[in-house]
Amino acid sequence: MSAPGAARLHGLMAEFRSARSLIRACERTHEAGYRKTDAYTPYPIEEVFEALHLHRSKVPLLVLIGGILGCLGGFALCYWTSVIEYPMNIGGRPHNSWPSFIPVTFETTILVASFFAVVGMLALNGLPMPYHPVFNVKRFALASRDRYFLVIEAEDSRFDAEETRRFLASLEPTEVFDVEP
Amino acid sequence: MAKEPRPSASDRLGKPPVLAPGHTTSSVTDQISAVILRGTPRWWYFAFGFSFLLVLLLLQSLTKLFLEGTGIWGLNIPVGWGFAIINFVWWIGIGHAGTLISAILLLLRQEWRTSINRFAEAMTLFAVACAGLYPLIHVGRPWLAYWLLPYPNTMGMWPQFRSPLIWDVFAVSTYATVSLMFWYIGLIPDLATMRDRVENRWSKMVYGALAMGWRGSAHHWHNYETAYLLLAGLATPLVVSVHSVVSFDFAVGQTPGWHATIFPPYFVAGAIFAGFAMVLTLAIPLRAIFNLQDFITLRHIQNMGKVMLATGLIVAYGYMIEIFMAFYSGNQYEEFMILNRITGPYRNFWWALILCNILAPQMIWIKKVRVTPALMWIVAMFVNVGMWLERFVIVVTSLHRDFLPSSWGMYAGTKWDWATFIGTIGLFLSLLFLFVRFLPMISIFEMRTIVPKSDSEEASA
Repeated sequence: MSAPGAARLHGLMAEFRSARSLIRACERTHEAGYRKTDAYTPYPIEEVFEALHLHRSKVPLLVLIGGILGCLGGFALCYWTSVIEYPMNIGGRPHNSWPSFIPVTFETTILVASFFAVVGMLALNGLPMPYHPVFNVKRFALASRDRYFLVIEAEDSRFDAEETRRFLASLEPTEVFDVEP
Repeated sequence: MAKEPRPSASDRLGKPPVLAPGHTTSSVTDQISAVILRGTPRWWYFAFGFSFLLVLLLLQSLTKLFLEGTGIWGLNIPVGWGFAIINFVWWIGIGHAGTLISAILLLLRQEWRTSINRFAEAMTLFAVACAGLYPLIHVGRPWLAYWLLPYPNTMGMWPQFRSPLIWDVFAVSTYATVSLMFWYIGLIPDLATMRDRVENRWSKMVYGALAMGWRGSAHHWHNYETAYLLLAGLATPLVVSVHSVVSFDFAVGQTPGWHATIFPPYFVAGAIFAGFAMVLTLAIPLRAIFNLQDFITLRHIQNMGKVMLATGLIVAYGYMIEIFMAFYSGNQYEEFMILNRITGPYRNFWWALILCNILAPQMIWIKKVRVTPALMWIVAMFVNVGMWLERFVIVVTSLHRDFLPSSWGMYAGTKWDWATFIGTIGLFLSLLFLFVRFLPMISIFEMRTIVPKSDSEEASA
């Protein structure tokens, strides 16, 4: 935070024309020691995740937890209803006629696991997010079309407005922008 | 566009491509979003207006039903299940192709699914909405339909979890919810694309709110891809379970013609068969109207035709096994049921069903038919009708002459049965027209991933 005014920035953004140049840039940014970085692409690119060294997604764990909860919950609902709260003799079947509880248990497993997948993904991504500084860059609208962006955030310990700007320029972007907070 | 795209494996085999050559990430974005940005074409008002009239017909028949009860339908003993169940099974079967295309073909890495999955999923949702209506209005007092759900109540009663009808409640509501989530999650990046494209302030706000601030961050994509894949993995067994549970509604009962172990797989195959027919019915006109031949190519039409042919043969096998088992069982009621189906008062329905579901799809063996959209559309229409007839035959022929000849009877839908049915077709079409007008009907971000990479980079660099 040496340069005056740097504190007012969210970060610096570089625009690239191709996924390949973005991937190269991400690799070099990581090598240069920047960690508070993000890449913005029009579609998911596996190599970018690798270049930025993203951690494994936590979504699968959440889905597993959701599935287990749904499974136990669904069976518990059938069991509690049919055995404890409202036992009925249907054709002499045992109250705990568990094979007939499988369809409901199965459906609740899928339902709760899917909920966890969707809500978990949104929560991990911090969505919905009504405001984000990157949208202050006019050209950023092209991130949903055909342009690729790399942002080094001001929070990064190595961030220095001038130094980082020079570094980004060395990655051969088409342009480097200041991202107002 | 100086460079020719590299020939892919499918080009070398002489198959039409999944995406017409020459497209880039920007051109797919522009061309698909242009369908929405161009404004409303005049035909849309007529098409939507006509469908909406049918929705009004639905509302009228529902009002009549709520005022007078299910007596306005053709239901009576012995046929206590009529149009409501036939249409329920028909609609929910149609929905299955959407999930199959979006989930199962995703897991099988079938790239061609990308340009049809979005509207196939939308079709699923709208079909499930139409299907879900029927059991609710069939309960007699629809305002008490929430009694189907397990909740603590002053009556001290709970649902019967050993009954397939309550399994159906869980299966269909789970299916509707998961399909909606899957569809919406798939839409988020495209809603962000629309937010960045539209000029109008209000449209920007609506798309922006729906996109939830999506910005295409790598961190987000990383979680997103994982979640999407897992949802596909969850939806795959779900879709198989839903129609299996629907078939249990029949198979668990001991009525002749229903009490068969073949029912779950035979129903699931029938659902996929009907669903692909409906996807073709919709895709063929839509690609022509919106000039989407670059994205929905002959390859898609051929592939869908092949899936339809394969599932159609499984369904044909189901019909044969039904006949075989009726005689092999040595049970006189089963034997009578099948003879009554083929030669009894409803024989025309059965023979029409064989024509529509078994004979007509055999045309797809001929390549000339597969690559001619108009002919494929006609075959698909045969299947749409055939699958409705199949459900009619299953429901009605088993019930109208069961064990006791003194209680035999005949069944026919009344004008209110038909009005309700046509009304739900109107509801389906209205929702579909709204969908193609306001949401990207092809998944834009997934199309960007199948643009030949070398090509797009060189073109824009």
